[in-house]
Amino acid sequence: MRFELILALRYLREGQAQTALILAGTTVGVAVIIFITAIVNGLQSSLAARTLSTQSHITVKNPDDAPTPVLDRSRLQVSAHIEPRVQRLRSIDQWEPILRSLPGEPHVTAVSPMVTGAGFASRGAANKSIAIIGIDPALYTGIVDVPAHLVSGQFRVAPGEAVIGMELARDLGAAVGDRIQVVSTEGRTDVFRVTGTFDLGVRDLNRRWVIVPLRTGQTLLDLPGGVTNIDLKVDDIFLAEDVAQTIAARTGLLAESWMAVNTQLLTAFKNQTMTTRTVRLFLILIVALGIASVLVVSVVQKQREIGILRAMGASARRIMMVFLIQGGIVGAAGAVFGSGVAAGMVWLASKALRQEDGSPLLETDVNLGIYLGTALISIVVGILAAAAPARRAARMDPVEAIRYG
Amino acid sequence: MADRDSLVGPDSSGHGGLESRSLILHLAGVRKSYNLGTPIETEILHGIDLTLARGEFAALIGPSGSGKSTLLHILGLLERPTGGSLEVAGQDIATLDDARLTELRGRTLGFIFQFHHLLPGFSAIENVMMPTLIDRGRVDAEMRARALWLLDRVGLKDAADKRPSALSGGMQQRVAIARSLAMNPPLILADEPTGNLDTHTADDIFALMRDFNKDEGTAFLIVTHDPRLAGRCDRRIEMLDGYAHPAEQLFVLATNN
Ligand SMILES: Nc1ncnc2c1ncn2[C@@H]1O[C@H](COP(=O)(O)OP(=O)(O)O)[C@@H](O)[C@H]1O
Ligand SMILES: [Mg+2]
Repeated sequence: MRFELILALRYLREGQAQTALILAGTTVGVAVIIFITAIVNGLQSSLAARTLSTQSHITVKNPDDAPTPVLDRSRLQVSAHIEPRVQRLRSIDQWEPILRSLPGEPHVTAVSPMVTGAGFASRGAANKSIAIIGIDPALYTGIVDVPAHLVSGQFRVAPGEAVIGMELARDLGAAVGDRIQVVSTEGRTDVFRVTGTFDLGVRDLNRRWVIVPLRTGQTLLDLPGGVTNIDLKVDDIFLAEDVAQTIAARTGLLAESWMAVNTQLLTAFKNQTMTTRTVRLFLILIVALGIASVLVVSVVQKQREIGILRAMGASARRIMMVFLIQGGIVGAAGAVFGSGVAAGMVWLASKALRQEDGSPLLETDVNLGIYLGTALISIVVGILAAAAPARRAARMDPVEAIRYG
Repeated sequence: MADRDSLVGPDSSGHGGLESRSLILHLAGVRKSYNLGTPIETEILHGIDLTLARGEFAALIGPSGSGKSTLLHILGLLERPTGGSLEVAGQDIATLDDARLTELRGRTLGFIFQFHHLLPGFSAIENVMMPTLIDRGRVDAEMRARALWLLDRVGLKDAADKRPSALSGGMQQRVAIARSLAMNPPLILADEPTGNLDTHTADDIFALMRDFNKDEGTAFLIVTHDPRLAGRCDRRIEMLDGYAHPAEQLFVLATNN
């Protein structure tokens, strides 16, 4: 073993109580950092997953028609009155080549074309305002897993068939097998047999969605061969906004990520992340101060020994190393113990302890990267915290240490 | 041997190739000032001329505050002189940077201090191995064998695994002697090594150093206040007000020991 390491280990062993203290501090610091990261990540992923189980990650559509200034031609100046142009359903130009190109974008894992517009559904006396959702069921399942959210029937939309929201079914008094009539705002009418009802967990969707075949939807909405949006899924949900911007820039279309749509959720996430960061920063500071103060005391106590070591041929640099290594060892040992404690806490919170309904006490989301990252921080902080004491040890005048030590 | 009683004056020219190789120390006009360039500047050493041959056994005597320790620290390469020239084992230290100086110190010099200065956290044998560990960076069986042999020579083989705190003052000083010899250095500098030991123990320690000097040819420069011990050295150098003088130039006869 090397001289520096031998001395560092021996000094740590000698200072039993202090070493135990800073080791405990570092262990707790590492464990808490990993655990709160796991909890916050778990909370965010489960919230995001719940939100995104019924949403596309990105929706590509025509840019909203910009409001146009109304010109008063007689006076050749812009009148104060500006009104948005009346919205009319338009298909995305050249959507087929765009659809084919999208899976080539980085991170995009699924694409699905959709035609959507408003209408009314009726059965007997009941008449409800609805959203007509024309899709290719195989493709759309890649975006929203409707089959997993079925309440009754099955997810089958052959021509003349529709799958509708659970609340709409109740409002219309329609069960699987019943027929409903749909009229679009374009004035076209069709009749569908209900093959299934779903609960997507969002009231508005359950009350308004009528899922029909793409082609039928195109006819109903008077957009033959057209689609109004293309839905995408990406492999990392928190990259959705970046991917959306890339697509928008390339196609000139509007690409809205779930992050842009759910701004409140995103703000909440950001605040949580910020809080975690602050807590982490303070933990790191406290641990670093603990390590530094214990090592400074050790350097002062060992003044004379350091002088002797210098007299025996140890260079100032090697003395410095002895103390840097001590910091590194405390950081590394704290990382190992802290990771163990954190793993135990994560297991307790998410596996061992259950709520009454059998779901985990806390949602946690942690991976090897978080363990390794925190361990690395711990080691680096240990070494950095030791830097000042180590420099002090190296600067010690051996003669003074021997004369007065 | 030719230089055994010489105190080389500024005019002395005798340090040609062969001769300088037989010198372990060569000082010419060595000065040391503290707080150089400040109003409280004080010169402690005013120009020391001195040579010490390999294998010599010399006493450095003089009243307290005369600069003996200061001189020893300079000879031990722990401090640089502020004037004059110093050669250790033929190397002019002015030409060496701090790293080379540290290396030269580790390989050429052993220290014995008045307050033994063992490392309290290490056993006796670990203390003895420390200079070699510093030099080589690691421990091996040969180092351990030499350390054990040294401890045996100072009569402490059985105390090899004891911590310093479990040893008496005399025993600690013996460990310190063993440690100073770990690298088998050509010169050992001892600053009042028997200063706080009773007469009987002091005699033992002195005899030990004498033995190593005879058997290994290790040169010793020993600061002491004890005229009895000084009288048993081959040569006495007296420090007085920052100058070194030869004390009465007598060869110590073997019968004197
Ligand atoms: N760092 C220093 N600064 C100023 N004066 C010093 C310093 N170190 C030693 N001295 C002075 O140098 C003189 C010689 O001290 P020292 O070499 O210890 O003498 P000795 O060992 O012969 O008793 C003393 O007067 C002491 O006060
Ligand atoms: Mg002194």
